[in-house]
Amino acid sequence: MTAREEGAPESGDVGLYRDMLLIRRFEEKAGQLYGMGLVGGFCHLYIGQEAVVTGMEAVAREGDQRITSYRGHGHMLAAGIDPGAIMAELLGRETGASRGKGGSMHMFSPEHGFWGGHGIVGAQVPIGAGIALAEKTRRTNNVTFVYFGDAAADQGQVAETYRLAALLSLPCLFVIENNSYPGPSAAPRGPQLLERARAYGIETAAVDGMDVRAVREAADVAALHVRAGKGPYAIEARTYRYRGHSMADPAKYRTREEASRVRATRDPIESLRERLLGEGAVTEEVLRAIDREVKDIVSAAADAAREAPAPEPEALHLHVTAEA
Amino acid sequence: MATEIRMPALSPAMEEGRLARWFVAEGDAVQEGDVIAEIETDKATLEFEAVAAGRLGKILVPEGTASVKVDTPIALLMAPGDTPAPASPARRAPVAAPRATRNAAMREPGWEAGVHLAPLIVREALRDALTEEMSRDEAVIVIGEEVAAAEGPYRVTQGLLDRFGSARVIDVPVTEAAFAGLGIGAAFAGLRPVVEFMNFSFALQAMDQIVNSAAKTRYMSGGAVSCPIVFRGPNGAAGRVGAQHAQCFAAWMAHVPGLAVAYPYAASDAKGLLKAAIRSDDPVVFLENERLYGRSFDAPELGDHVVPFGQARIWREGADVTLVGYGPAVGTMLEAADALADEGVAAEVIDLRTLRPLDHATVLEGVRKTHRCVTVEEGWPQGGIGEHLAAVIMREAFDWLDAPVACVAGSDVPMPYAETLEALALPRAEDVVEAARRVSYR
Repeated sequence: MTAREEGAPESGDVGLYRDMLLIRRFEEKAGQLYGMGLVGGFCHLYIGQEAVVTGMEAVAREGDQRITSYRGHGHMLAAGIDPGAIMAELLGRETGASRGKGGSMHMFSPEHGFWGGHGIVGAQVPIGAGIALAEKTRRTNNVTFVYFGDAAADQGQVAETYRLAALLSLPCLFVIENNSYPGPSAAPRGPQLLERARAYGIETAAVDGMDVRAVREAADVAALHVRAGKGPYAIEARTYRYRGHSMADPAKYRTREEASRVRATRDPIESLRERLLGEGAVTEEVLRAIDREVKDIVSAAADAAREAPAPEPEALHLHVTAEA
Repeated sequence: MATEIRMPALSPAMEEGRLARWFVAEGDAVQEGDVIAEIETDKATLEFEAVAAGRLGKILVPEGTASVKVDTPIALLMAPGDTPAPASPARRAPVAAPRATRNAAMREPGWEAGVHLAPLIVREALRDALTEEMSRDEAVIVIGEEVAAAEGPYRVTQGLLDRFGSARVIDVPVTEAAFAGLGIGAAFAGLRPVVEFMNFSFALQAMDQIVNSAAKTRYMSGGAVSCPIVFRGPNGAAGRVGAQHAQCFAAWMAHVPGLAVAYPYAASDAKGLLKAAIRSDDPVVFLENERLYGRSFDAPELGDHVVPFGQARIWREGADVTLVGYGPAVGTMLEAADALADEGVAAEVIDLRTLRPLDHATVLEGVRKTHRCVTVEEGWPQGGIGEHLAAVIMREAFDWLDAPVACVAGSDVPMPYAETLEALALPRAEDVVEAARRVSYR
């Protein structure tokens, strides 16, 4: 059962609200469980960036593909993957999306066109181009969404991938999620992110990544370009990560006030909520019902994950190769 | 005074070439730097310049002659003013006198008696494997630098672009990390890419993708994602290319769970293992060697010859000592086995063929029979396949051993450039012979 099939079917912008809220509540729960020691290792939350993947997925069609980094829970939820399988994976359970062997950073679901979940900064970018190459070879008009952050954009293999994608005219849509803080170090800014893609002849657009409608609009233009066989396209979505880089990052490179100000003025979920109400597109009552429904989904996922069994010891040697 | 003009080596591993054209005739005056001949190798056509001024004397090798060995005198150069003297009979037709065994087709073992054998060159065996697998399965694509129109830096992808087109034979710029990742993504999504590295040393640029992305994803996804990809290219020492282009990755790669690793010696194994690699649902590191590309082996008509991974090949039976190795070191072992036979020692020679999975059973069976073992490899000793086998043999066959296992490996140094030092850095047949004597207390 996918997240989208649960509860009442909301269409249009109310659906965007629900999808973003699901990511927000899921990540808050993941953070709680991390604090309780139930989630191990590294855990990178997507809180604050929900409008990016939600707006992009709003233009995705059946057959499209997507790949992202280690900050991928939101992308999985937006692709329609069962929240229970994601939560169970965070807890390292047998019922997890990767049967407990991947964890937060390494989940995959080929049936949802979701190819990870990659722990090495930038490594998913050429892999995404390869998925697009497979689509091109099969002569589909599917789009491969290749998500990466502003830190990954500094990786040499990203520049190499622009070169290959432009040269081979690959049907991929690069989505640079510029969350304002590239990792715990907050390194000084390099060259403008989109200029680098443009230098290879790739079409680009920048968009306010806190505005889900704006993201959807930019995504629509970009996806049409890619589907029409005009080659790759790059979008920079300017967004804001509320939490530290990972749960281990206290984010001392910025003030608490700055984060609070963004949250108060630009929060993607709150601002859509206000707009929907202002436009009369939805009632408070409907939104409250959505809030309850989302909360229930997340609670159920967490409860099920906590009760699920750990992998059996025999699983240790399974799935190393096709034979074992 | 006449000096000999000799067939030049135009690349580090060139052993012979075709003298395509003479641009000068007997009696012509030549200046230093004049192009006097055109020489074709299996990789390229190159112009050959005079290294000194003079007049061309007798042409010893006529144009159009194929398989002229490097260093063969091809003409005489007369100092200005000299009159050409007739070439001495000893210098005629040197083409027909190749150095013993080096270029003669090696007879592969194990074929049925009476089957017709013909020489098969390693490069062509590899090309046949690619061609046949691309014909068999349209998911197979080739990605690499100069693999399409240029037909491969070592001509392994000859004819593929013409036959399969640019959608399946894809030239990429010098972007190893990205084109390795490109292949991996295509493999996730159902294609079967064969990614060529021009030299396996360049795969270091792509090591993260090979190890972190290709090898681990099946496991990390709980079995949901397969990565059927082949990374192939020349590996190990090639002939004075220096430290950064000559190193063996067999042990490195074989260390990684999730990868399969092959390093064939014989032509039939090059073909059969590459076909198996392409059909595998797991990522395969397929190591070749520049010195072997032009080597020919006597093999039958192979057809759809597929060699399963994890099965060693016994080149020679012998009751006195087991020699076990892989890749070009198999040639060294065979040479050593010949020398040992002259001393009355019967050596068994085992070619591992694949390093992961590794055929421990055949090695242990050999050791239990001969009670003595020498491992031979060109890679570095520490953490090498030889040391691994020594540990396995100690653990599994301790009571059968009459002597500690001896490991012959490449020297524990970056590969030197000088010819003399390079020769010392690689295991030689005499090193193997000496190790075999040592484990035999002779």
